[in-house]
Amino acid sequence: MVVKSKSRRQFLKFIVSSLSVVGALFAFWPFVKSMQPGKKAQSASTPITVDIKGLLPNQKIAVTWQGMPIYIIRRSENQIAELEKIESQLRDPDSLYSKQPEKSNNDYRSINKDVFVVVAICTHLGCSPTYKPEQASVDKDWAGGFFCACHGSKFDLAGRVYKKVPAPTNLMVPPYYFPNKDTIVIGADKAGDERYV
Amino acid sequence: MSKLGNWLEQRFPVASFLSKNLKEYYVHSSVNFWYAMGAIAFVMLAVQVISGIFLLMYYVPTTEQAFSSIQYMMREVSYGWLIRYLHVVGASFFFIAIYLHMFRALLYGSYKNPREFLWMSGVVIYILMIAIAYTGYVLPWGQMSYWATRVIVSFLTVVPYVGDGLAQWLQGDFVVSSVTLSRFFAFHIVAFPLVIFLFIGIHIVALHVVGSNNPEGVTVNAHKKPAKNLRKKVIPFYPYVISKDLFVVFVALALFLGVVFYAPTFYGFFLEHINQIPANPMVTPSHIHPVWYLSPFYAILRAVPDKLLGVIFMFLSLVILFFLPWLDKSPVKSMRYKGRLSKGSLCVFILSVIMLGYYGMVPATDTHLFWTRIFTVLYFGHFVLMPIYTRIETCKQPPELN
Repeated sequence: MVVKSKSRRQFLKFIVSSLSVVGALFAFWPFVKSMQPGKKAQSASTPITVDIKGLLPNQKIAVTWQGMPIYIIRRSENQIAELEKIESQLRDPDSLYSKQPEKSNNDYRSINKDVFVVVAICTHLGCSPTYKPEQASVDKDWAGGFFCACHGSKFDLAGRVYKKVPAPTNLMVPPYYFPNKDTIVIGADKAGDERYV
Repeated sequence: MSKLGNWLEQRFPVASFLSKNLKEYYVHSSVNFWYAMGAIAFVMLAVQVISGIFLLMYYVPTTEQAFSSIQYMMREVSYGWLIRYLHVVGASFFFIAIYLHMFRALLYGSYKNPREFLWMSGVVIYILMIAIAYTGYVLPWGQMSYWATRVIVSFLTVVPYVGDGLAQWLQGDFVVSSVTLSRFFAFHIVAFPLVIFLFIGIHIVALHVVGSNNPEGVTVNAHKKPAKNLRKKVIPFYPYVISKDLFVVFVALALFLGVVFYAPTFYGFFLEHINQIPANPMVTPSHIHPVWYLSPFYAILRAVPDKLLGVIFMFLSLVILFFLPWLDKSPVKSMRYKGRLSKGSLCVFILSVIMLGYYGMVPATDTHLFWTRIFTVLYFGHFVLMPIYTRIETCKQPPELN
């Protein structure tokens, strides 16, 4: 086809090239979308039930939910009292910039004061922090908490991050509820809440 | 030329193509040992491709079988250990060759006009090498494979608003899992190698357009047969340069095979001891560090006390390489003719890269962090101050070609 006018040639060039770009982007979309978590990954987020009858203070139960390590710990009376005292050393003591379900959005970051459930993935670069409940077990001022050996991030026994460490926010608290006193369901806010993604 | 050769030449002129690019490609005779590093890198690439193909015959990219399929290969397959160690040690030697190759460019100003594009295509190849090394590192599914992946995928979470979604998209799951392993496998063996081959092609074409640099910084017309009085100063690539290159390649291969046969893990530097433990998503090793060739960048990441800024500076330390041709304002190319400031700054830069490499591998104590920060500043200082010190220093007059 012979196009005589120069501006018509320009217009044709513009239309063809811009539509090619749009077309290429559309063609790319299914491939991009295919890389998102599939059904199998989503089904791993079905809630899990854990028996916590024998869990004593200073003990930890580690379970997996959504493939993530979850720690369940029990805090003693002293440790609960300690949480308030160290608030000045924390970066986000009120968990304003951190992730937790509504029910755990309180001073203890938990539904019950004693039982604390946390996703054991450091908010810095994804290592698993170690549970160090004993006083002075990391350094001499250590009040008990979680310590990430990868880059030295420190969290208290409510998963709240200390100042002057690389982690930016508190450890994440997963959704959970207690169907009865000795059982905990992780992955849902209440019974019947099938999927929480 | 034979009849068959003639027939082929008219349809596919491979002979004249090779002749034009080897026999009639001219280089200054001052090119030295440093100019053989590209050839070594090329040979190491071949080693990686060949050993990689044979590894593929036994490796299974699933979380259940990745670790055991490699152990099976190491113990039960005839020469499986050799193929695997060639690949593991080959990766480190590839990086050694590339680091020396890049040092050569810094030393003799091979990035300067008219070789800016050549240098930038090289930086792209280097970044692709990092991507291939990292995705390959995941495949054995040992403790360090797993946790290094966790840490590196977490870099994406620093992107404001969409970071978490981006990380989940890349790993295809809520954490690093079997899905992540199989897609990194696809990146490692198909996607990234295809792109790196493309860029190596671009690099070589770009080289043959502008011609090779030399330690004297003399401008040589790479495609013009030199005048009679210059025949000793300007020599064709074939047979002179290629024979020197081959000699250095053989020495390098001897060293390489020495390591493969006698110290294949190289005392934990090429293959970490902790990666001999299968990946366990519940237990982080007490000390995570990258392989030596990525260690300086990891040190820079840790040096910055802020998560977002740390990742930004780590990427900047690579990106800044692209700007090098325009940061160097010196009228001369080679370090032989540059002034004291350039020489000093290059020494400090090399020292800081080595020290960052060291501090990236040791635990982050306060003293280590202090020194890591000093060397991070020196690393960036070399580039940021370059427009100043290359302008004010006095250079020697480089020779002319005559």
